[in-house]
Amino acid sequence: MIPVLFVVTILVFSIIRFIPGEPARLILGEKATEQAVAALTEKLGLNEPLLTQYFLFLKQIFTLDFGNSFTYQMPVSELLASRFPVTLALTLMSTVISLVISLPLGYFAGVHKDKLGDQVVRTTSLVAISMPSFWVGLLLMIVFALKLKWLPAGGWADTLPEQFRCLILPAITQSLMTSALLLRNTRNSVVDITRMDYVDFARSKGISAGEVRSRHVMRNAMISTVTLLSMRMAAMLGGSVIIETVFSIPGIGKLASEAIFGRDYAVVQFVVLLFAVLVLVINLITDILYSFLDPRVNL
Amino acid sequence: MEKLLEVKDLHVAFPSKQETVHAVDGVSFEVFEGETFGLVGESGCGKSQTLRSILGLLKQPGRVTGGEILYKGADITKMNQRALQKVRGKEISLIFQEPMTSLNPVLRIRTQMYEAFEREKLTKEEKRQRAIELLKLVGIPSPETRLDEYPHQFSGGMRQRAMIAIALGAKPKLLLADEPTTALDVTIQDQIMKLLNQLKQELGMSIILVTHDLGVIAQMCDRVAVMYAGQIVEMTDTVTLFSKPRHPYTYGLMGSLPNEDTAGTTLEAIQGSPPNLANLPEGCPFAPRCKFACDICHKERPEITEVEPGHFARCHRPEITQNFQGLIQVPGQADGKEEASHE
Repeated sequence: MIPVLFVVTILVFSIIRFIPGEPARLILGEKATEQAVAALTEKLGLNEPLLTQYFLFLKQIFTLDFGNSFTYQMPVSELLASRFPVTLALTLMSTVISLVISLPLGYFAGVHKDKLGDQVVRTTSLVAISMPSFWVGLLLMIVFALKLKWLPAGGWADTLPEQFRCLILPAITQSLMTSALLLRNTRNSVVDITRMDYVDFARSKGISAGEVRSRHVMRNAMISTVTLLSMRMAAMLGGSVIIETVFSIPGIGKLASEAIFGRDYAVVQFVVLLFAVLVLVINLITDILYSFLDPRVNL
Repeated sequence: MEKLLEVKDLHVAFPSKQETVHAVDGVSFEVFEGETFGLVGESGCGKSQTLRSILGLLKQPGRVTGGEILYKGADITKMNQRALQKVRGKEISLIFQEPMTSLNPVLRIRTQMYEAFEREKLTKEEKRQRAIELLKLVGIPSPETRLDEYPHQFSGGMRQRAMIAIALGAKPKLLLADEPTTALDVTIQDQIMKLLNQLKQELGMSIILVTHDLGVIAQMCDRVAVMYAGQIVEMTDTVTLFSKPRHPYTYGLMGSLPNEDTAGTTLEAIQGSPPNLANLPEGCPFAPRCKFACDICHKERPEITEVEPGHFARCHRPEITQNFQGLIQVPGQADGKEEASHE
C-alpha cells in the first residue's frame, strides 16, 4: 500500500504541473502586472526546480499542512476536513440503500430463477443500469421535491436531521446503479450456490429454511458481493463529483469540480490525493472483510 | 424385522419446456430395521433421484409426480417443510458422493456439526463434547483441534468422515448414502465402507446405499435392487443376486467385472448406452442392448414378477434367465441346469 501511495503522489504532482498555462497568471487574471505574477509564482514556489517542488509537496503531505486555498481563503486541510464527512455520509448512505435493495431482491430473483418475479427484477435492474445518474437525479428532484415537496431539491442545512434529509435524494440517485449491479451479482451467486451439494446437505440436517438461507446461501453469496461493492464504492466516490454538483451538496466531489474550474491548484492536488487514499483504504477494508468471509483467503 | 421405509410406485419427473424426463418410473421397495439395502445401476438410472426424494431434496425442477414414500407409516411426499425438517437429520440423514463440495467451504467444521443437533438445545460445552465424540467415532484423529478447522484443511477421506459424523449427529434411524466412496481412492474407500458397516452395527441403523459398484454391494448390502432407466429391474438378497441373477442387465453387469475365470481375457461390456429418459422405447427399455431380446421385448414393457420367492425380476423371458450363472456358487443352488456362459 505504501509503494502505491508513493506512485500516487508522483502522479498527482505531475498531472498538476503538466497542465498548460501559468498558474499565477490564471489566478490573478489577464490584467495583472508582470511583477504581481512573478511575485505570486515566487510565493507559490513554482520557480523552484521540479524536484524541490516535489519534496515540498511531500513535506506538506507528511506535516498535514496543505497550504492555503485561493478561492476559499482558508487552509486546505480545514477545507477538506469540513467537506469530507459530507461525501463520506453520502457514500455510506448510498451503500446502505444499495444493500437493502439488492440483497433481498437478488435472493428472491435467484431462488425463483427464470420465473416471473426473476424476469421482472432483472428487467428493472437493467433499466436502472441504463439510466444516467444526473438525469435520474433531476427526475427525483422534480417528483419528490417540486411536486410532492417531501424532500429538499438540493442544497445543505445546518442541523443534522435536516442534513440527513438533504442527503436522501442524492443517495438514492447514486445507489441506483450500484443496487442494480449488486442485485444481478447476488442473483447469479444465489443461483449458483443453491445448486451446491453443501446447501442440500445443510437442508438434510433438518435445520430451518431461514438458517439455510442466512448461513449457507447468503453468507457464501456475500463473498462476490463484497468484491463488487468495493469497486462500486470507489466508483461512487468518483460519481460524487456529478451527484454533489447536481444536488449542490458541499462534499469533496463538488469541491473538486469547483477547484478545477477555479484553478485552485493547492485544493485540486490534495482532493485528488484524498480520493486516491480513499480508494486504497476501501481496498484494504475489502481485503480484511474478505479474509473474514472466506477462510481460504490469507492476508 | 420391522419395516422402516416403504417406497410405493414412486415417480419422479424433471419437466422442462422441451421435454419431460421421467427419472424415476414406478419404483417400489422396502427397507427393514437394521439392514443395508443397495440400489445399483449406471449413471442416470434414477438411483440418486430415488434417494433424494426420500428426504424431499430433489434438485429443481424435479418433483415427485406419483407414488408414496412411507416412513414409519407417514407419507414423506405429502409433508410440508416443517414436517420434513423433523424427519431430516433426526430420523433420516444423508451423505453425498463428493466430500469436496458437500461441506460449506466458509464455515468451520464445528459450526456445520452443531447444526445437526441444534434442535436439542445443548449448552456450548455439551455441543463440543458431542462433536468430539462423533469425530472420534468416525476415526478422525485429534478431534479437539480438527473441530475448529475449515473443510479445506481436511483431506478428501477426512471430509467424507466428517460428513458421516455430521449425518450421524442426530442419531438417525436410516442413513442414505449416495455413492459415498466414489470420489475416494481405493484404500480410503475400503476404510469408509468398513466404518459404515461398523457404525451400522453399533448404532443399529439401516442404510440405503446407492452405488454403481457391484463390489461395494457385495461387501455391504443385505438386499439389492438393480435399477435401469428409472425402474427396478431386479430385486433380491445379495447372495441370490450374485449367485443366480435373473435379469439380462444384472447378468451383463457381472460379465463386465474381472474375476478369476476371466483373468487375462477381454472383459465383456454391455453394448450400447442407456436410453434417453425423456423418450423411452416402446418395449423393454433394456431391449435394444439385450442379447436375449425377442419380438415381445421390443413391443411390450415387462412387468416386475416374483420369479422365485423373494426374488423379483422385470423380464419377458424367465425361461432364459433361469439358466444364468452368477459370479458365486452357493451349494444347493447350482443344481446341474445348463449354464449360460459369458461369451
